[in-house]
Amino acid sequence: MADARASILAGIRAALRDRPPTPPVPRAYRRTGEASVELLAERVAHYRAAVHVVAEDGLGALLGDLLAGRVVVAPADLPWDVPGVTWLRDDPPLPLDRLDEADGVLTGCAVAIAPTGTIVLDAGAAQGRRALTLLPDYHVCVVRADQVAGSVPEALARLDPTRPLTFISGPSATSDIELDRVEGVHGPRTLVVVIVRGAT
Amino acid sequence: MTWLGSPKFPDAARAALADTQLRRNLRNATTTIRGRRAEAVDELPDWEELRRAGEAIKEQVLHHLDTYLEQLEAAVTRRGGTVHWARDAAEANAVVRDLVGDAEEVVKVKSMTTAEIGLNEALAAAGVHAVETDLAELIVQLGDDRPSHILVPAIHRNRAEIREIFRAAGLEAESDDPRVLAEAARAHLRRKFLSCDVAISGANFAVADTGSVVVLESEGNGRMCLTLPRRLITVMGIEKVVPTWQDLEVFLQLLPRSSTAERMNPYTSVWTGVTPGDGPQEFHLVLLDNGRTATLADPEGRQALRCIRCSACLNVCPVYERTGGRSYGSVYPGPIGAIITPQLVDDPRDEQAASLPFASSLCGACFEVCPVRIDIPEVLTHLRAEVVRARGRDAESVAMAAAAWVFASPRRYAAAQKLGSLARFLARDGRLSRLPGPGAAWTSSRDAPVPAREPFREWWRKNRG
Repeated sequence: MADARASILAGIRAALRDRPPTPPVPRAYRRTGEASVELLAERVAHYRAAVHVVAEDGLGALLGDLLAGRVVVAPADLPWDVPGVTWLRDDPPLPLDRLDEADGVLTGCAVAIAPTGTIVLDAGAAQGRRALTLLPDYHVCVVRADQVAGSVPEALARLDPTRPLTFISGPSATSDIELDRVEGVHGPRTLVVVIVRGAT
Repeated sequence: MTWLGSPKFPDAARAALADTQLRRNLRNATTTIRGRRAEAVDELPDWEELRRAGEAIKEQVLHHLDTYLEQLEAAVTRRGGTVHWARDAAEANAVVRDLVGDAEEVVKVKSMTTAEIGLNEALAAAGVHAVETDLAELIVQLGDDRPSHILVPAIHRNRAEIREIFRAAGLEAESDDPRVLAEAARAHLRRKFLSCDVAISGANFAVADTGSVVVLESEGNGRMCLTLPRRLITVMGIEKVVPTWQDLEVFLQLLPRSSTAERMNPYTSVWTGVTPGDGPQEFHLVLLDNGRTATLADPEGRQALRCIRCSACLNVCPVYERTGGRSYGSVYPGPIGAIITPQLVDDPRDEQAASLPFASSLCGACFEVCPVRIDIPEVLTHLRAEVVRARGRDAESVAMAAAAWVFASPRRYAAAQKLGSLARFLARDGRLSRLPGPGAAWTSSRDAPVPAREPFREWWRKNRG
C-alpha cells in the first residue's frame, strides 16, 4: 500500500495545478467592543445563568452565601477561602468519582467576553484541570473586571492557544427536542458567574 | 456517505411529502430556527465583513492546503500528538479500529466526518460499540434511524416519538417533557463517560501554526469525551484546517450565530496535543481525504470545501423544508449536501448522488445565509451540467435548459412561480403530475412537489426584505 500521506499531498498539488492567486484576507470587521461589566452581566444572564456583580470587599460574603453547607471542589491554588464549606482540594488530583459526587466547584477564569457572555478557562491560576469544572453539577466562576474583553478578537489575542481552553457561555444546554431549550444536560446544570468590580 | 439502497431524490421526496407528521415537525423547526438566526445575525453590524473574511480565509486554506496540512502535522506532533493520514473511508476506519485497541465500547462526540465514513458500522463489524453521546445522535442511534439535519439530527422526531424510542431502548422517562427526556439521557450516559477509556470526535477547526484542535458543542457531552478518557481519536476532513489562531476570531463569530442562532454556543473546547495531567494522555489526529482532493481539482466546484457545517442553508431551503433531510439519502442533506455529496462521491454512475444537484429550485436563499459565501446555486448548475454531460442530452437536460432560461431572468422566474402557485389547484392528492410549459419535460419523468402557497421569493421579501 502506497503511503497515504504522500499520496494525499501529491493529490492536493495535482488538484491545485492552477494554483489560483490568493488575495489578502479582508479584515474590515470590528476588532474592539464594549468591555463593560454591565454588558457581560446582561449577556451571561441571557443564557439563564445566575449573575452577581460585587465590589471586592463583598466577594467573601457572597461566596459564603453561594457555597456554605456544600462539598465544593477547589483547584489546588484557589485564592479564596470561604467559611462553612467542605473543600475538596484537587491536590493530589481527585479521582473522577469524587468529582462526580461533589456538590459544586469554585474557580476563577482567564478571560471573559462581554458581548457574547462567555467566560474562558485556560487551566491557569485558580482554575485547575478541565475535569474540575465539568463533573460537579454547580459551577461558581469568579471574573475580575480587568479580565473582561470587549470582543471575540480581543479575547483570542489574550489567550495562549497551546493551553487547554474551555469557552463557557451559559450552562450546559440542548435544543435537540423540538428546538426547546433545556438547560443542563451533561455539564454543570447551574452556572453562577460572579463579577468583581475593579477599584474605582 | 450516501446510504446504500437509498432511492433517488425525487422518489424519496415523494414519500416524504406524503408524511404529514414529518412535514409538520420540519416546518415548525425550520421556521423557528430561521427567525432566531436572523435575529442573531442582525445584531452584528459587521456581519458582511465577517462573511468576507471567512470566505477569504477558507480560500487561502484551499489554495495552500498542502502547506497548511504539513504545518498542522508538525505542530500536533511537536505537542505530543500523533497524526495519521487516510485516503478514503476504509483506510480511516481501519486506522481508528487499530487505535481503539482492545476497548469494547467507546464514547463519541457528534461528528459529520465519522458519519460520512460509516465509522460506527465499521467498528460494530469489528465488535466495538460506539456510543453516540449527543442527545439527538443518541435518539437517532437508539431508534435505529438516520439523521435528517446536520445540526439537529433528530429534527424530524417530536417529543412523543422520542419518549417511545427511549422506552423501546430501556430508558424510562416519566413524561415526554424535553427536560425529563434530557435527564434520562444524562443518567444513561454518565456511567459511560466515567468508565470509557477511548473517545472519538470530529473537529470544527484545527489551527495549522499551533496544532490546536477546536470543537464547538452545547451539551457538555463533547467536553466529557474530550477530557475524561485516556485516549482521544479525532477524525477530521483535510479542509478543516485554518492558518492561524487569529483566524478563529472570525469563525467563532460566524459559526454559532449561523448554526444555533446563539451569540456563542455553550461550550467550545480547544486542545493542543497532550497536556500532562489534564485530559487525554494520548491524542491521535486522523486526516481524511475521501474525495476532498478530487473536489479540490474542480475550480468551479471546490468552493464547497469552504463549508463549516453550520446548516443555515438547510433551514432556509424551501426544498429541504418540504422533503426533510433523509430524502437526500446522504449524510450531508440540504443545499450544501446537494453540492458536497456528488463531489465527494465523484462517480457519475451513482444515480442517487447524481440526482442531488437537481434537488433545488435555485432560489438563492442558501447563498444569502452562507457564512462563508459559498455560491451554492452556481455550483448546483455546474454539477447539473456535469451530470447531463455524463448522460448525453435527454429530456431532462432539455428541461434543465428551460429551467436555466427561466432562472436567468428574475421577471421570468417570478412569472413562472405565480403560474406554479396556480398549479396547486390542479393537484388533488397534493401531487402534481404535469407541469405546464417547459416544466413538462421534468414531470414526464417524475412528479413535481406542489409549489408553496406563497412563492419563496415573496416570503423572503416579506420576512427579510
